[in-house]
Amino acid sequence: MNPSRTFSFLVAALVLAPIAVIFSSFLTPADDVWRHFASTILGELVANTFILAIAVAAGTTAAGTGLAWLTAVCEFPGRRFFSWALLLPLALPAYVIGFVAIGVLDFTGPLQTALRNLTGSAVPWFPPIRSRGGVILVMTLALYPYVYLLARNAFQTQGRRLLEAGRALGLTAPQAFWRVALPMARPWIAAGAMLVVMETIADFGTVAVFNYDTLTSGVYKAWFGLFSITAAAQVASVLILIAFVVLLAEQVTRWRMRFTSTVPLASASRIVLAGANRWMATAACLIVFAVAFAVPALQILVWSARSGFRDFDMRLVEYLWHSVALGILATLVITTTALLLGYTGRRNPDPLTRFALKLSTVGYAVPGAVLAVGIFVVFAWTDRLVPDAMRSTLGLPTGMLLQGSVVAMLIAYLIRFLAVGYGPVESALHRITRNIDEAAIALGQARLRLLARIHLPMLRAGLATAAILVFVDVMKEMPITLMTRPFGWDTLAVRIFELTSEGDWERAAIPALILALAGVVPVLYLTRASDWRGNP
Amino acid sequence: MRFLNLLLFAGCVAVSPFAAAEEVVVYSARIEPLIRPLFDAYTRDSGVTVKFVTDREGPLLEKLKAEGANTPADLLLTVDAGNLWQAAELDLLQPVRSKTLESNVPAHLRDPQGRWFGLTVRARTIVYNKDKVSAADLSTYEALGEGKWKNRLCLRSSKSVYNQSLTAMMIAEHGESRTEQIIGSWVANLAVPVFPNDTKVLEAIAAGQCDVGVTNSYYFGRLLAKSPELPLALFWPNQAGSGVHVNISGAGLTRHAKNPQGAAKLLEWLSGIEAQRIYADANMEYPVNAAVKPDPVVASWGSFKQNPLNVAKAGELQAAAVRLMDRAGYR
Repeated sequence: MNPSRTFSFLVAALVLAPIAVIFSSFLTPADDVWRHFASTILGELVANTFILAIAVAAGTTAAGTGLAWLTAVCEFPGRRFFSWALLLPLALPAYVIGFVAIGVLDFTGPLQTALRNLTGSAVPWFPPIRSRGGVILVMTLALYPYVYLLARNAFQTQGRRLLEAGRALGLTAPQAFWRVALPMARPWIAAGAMLVVMETIADFGTVAVFNYDTLTSGVYKAWFGLFSITAAAQVASVLILIAFVVLLAEQVTRWRMRFTSTVPLASASRIVLAGANRWMATAACLIVFAVAFAVPALQILVWSARSGFRDFDMRLVEYLWHSVALGILATLVITTTALLLGYTGRRNPDPLTRFALKLSTVGYAVPGAVLAVGIFVVFAWTDRLVPDAMRSTLGLPTGMLLQGSVVAMLIAYLIRFLAVGYGPVESALHRITRNIDEAAIALGQARLRLLARIHLPMLRAGLATAAILVFVDVMKEMPITLMTRPFGWDTLAVRIFELTSEGDWERAAIPALILALAGVVPVLYLTRASDWRGNP
Repeated sequence: MRFLNLLLFAGCVAVSPFAAAEEVVVYSARIEPLIRPLFDAYTRDSGVTVKFVTDREGPLLEKLKAEGANTPADLLLTVDAGNLWQAAELDLLQPVRSKTLESNVPAHLRDPQGRWFGLTVRARTIVYNKDKVSAADLSTYEALGEGKWKNRLCLRSSKSVYNQSLTAMMIAEHGESRTEQIIGSWVANLAVPVFPNDTKVLEAIAAGQCDVGVTNSYYFGRLLAKSPELPLALFWPNQAGSGVHVNISGAGLTRHAKNPQGAAKLLEWLSGIEAQRIYADANMEYPVNAAVKPDPVVASWGSFKQNPLNVAKAGELQAAAVRLMDRAGYR
């Protein structure tokens, strides 16, 4: 077995260890909880989960792909600004957008109150935000950037010549999109949608704000309400299986498809939108930007101001530093691992390796708190392997070594977010034709040099995409951070948890805003880096 | 080489059990802004450092379970009796015998075996819109299921542990089938889908979306402190019967505490006059220690009869309550 294959199996094993802990719950029966669920809420939970996942996947795919096409290929007023600004919702946790949406649009919010005062009567025609439609809308707005970033990446790196050829052969711009660009961007869009589906089925915060019960709500009900961590882990296992089936299905549909294309050579001209289209493009981008980012961010700002910025103290600097440090370290670890795994997949296309690679990414589909417990159990068990005798000779503290260390946190983040790094890198690798490798090797280039000289420059956009997504996701992460952080390592996300868990949303506004700003900086920097050279 | 020495030295200082002053380690489900002032005051008084980490109850219990004898935690602090009961069930806590705690904490607010003690009382009560309801129309939690409240009731989700413990206490009093009827009648009276938190319930009542609801008193206090003009008032129900449903925030000594004496001392201090005053002021809750008066605003809501049933019942019957609410269609 070659080393790269061994590496991928090791990473899969690392991810599988906590997941095995979760599945081991089946060794203890929890039939009574299942019977109770089956006779009461299970049907609703399953239906809600599938409807939400499918609707949000469809919504984010449509919005993300459409917006990416506009900003990557077309030319219209505001295009430069929107190309990065449309990524900003990524920096806001979905449950924050949800909370703001309810705050603004529900019966007690300013909009309906103003309408009531204006008309002097109730406004029953106003669509209820606390509804299935509301939660779908909010999650679509919060998660479309995953698809947007990946699809944009695809459109930017597609050989423009193909598009030009298509158009020279008489295709209109829309036809060029549907017949040429879209099919070629499929692995990217699918990778983005896959992240969205995993994030959606594992979400707890947003659905809780809407009181929309999914299987993840069932996990927490079993755990916190019925005191059965066993049943909770079993329901979580079902979620993992669903995610895995979806992952494999997606893999099978593009089995043996090759998506390599010509390298993007000289810059081609953008499709300049004319007439009404021009302004419709601007309007579409503006509406999404406003609803998904500007309005929530403004509302947060108003709340912070109203609370008199009373929690604005030096400790925020410490939280920020912890968030950023963890974000950067985790990004390095995860992107590097994703790159290595990507290469493993490229060099070992056998089914077993592919399977191991897919397996490595299921951590993203597990409800965070359950995965946190799985990971923690593994750490605690590892710590117990170090015998007390050895500790005393080495002068190590009794108790914990791995637990409560930053290293442990990084391992935990790797297990959770590998999918986020792997998706973009894998898609980007599709772009590099094997002919290039063969040519380079024939010319006597060593493998490492091949990577450094030829692949890395071509992977730049994909790596930047992976880095942005991982960095922002790690900074927003809550349950794993809460459970594995060392004493005193509070982060912005921890702070937001502390304040919102007692319903103190106005005080949570400041850390939420700082978290968003901290996420914006790399988004700005890296979108520049990922921009198609020669066509800023 | 010097750098290496320095590193080794730093390592020794960090791990040596003798180098640091006495320390108590707390796992807390009560949030940082509410506990830090207490621990700071304790450190000032006693010179003992308090190290703590916060998380939700469920994960904290799993953490204690996984760590076993390796745990650094001496004390577990939570915000609900059910969780303390569950921690004791899982054998994560050990009994403390203390005259101080037994005299400071009323018997119905602590574990009969001394494995946990209530530190503050949280009253779950009825709130109504003063413009639309007169206090004379209100009587008990149970009566909120009567026909006259049709489309006038607002409730928080059944996922709230406060509603779970309220339902559990009703099961203890009325039995399951009667309680299921009551909960079902509440659901039938709902004006709008249930809310994710108490503050939203209060805002909905104030805005006229509904007329009456059930919330913890300190959320009422907090909202009115911000918006005193809201037409909201508290009503203490069941005064002719079993009394107002109360829950606690409380703490217990962990089974594998490294500093059990220190932790027990901290626990005693938390039930004492100074800490109880800080506690009560910080979040408008009620002190458990009868020698300490509640905050003046809280006192202005009037005194009331508490349900004297031991809060451990809420933990014991919590799972039954959750199932019952599922059956009754309370989401």
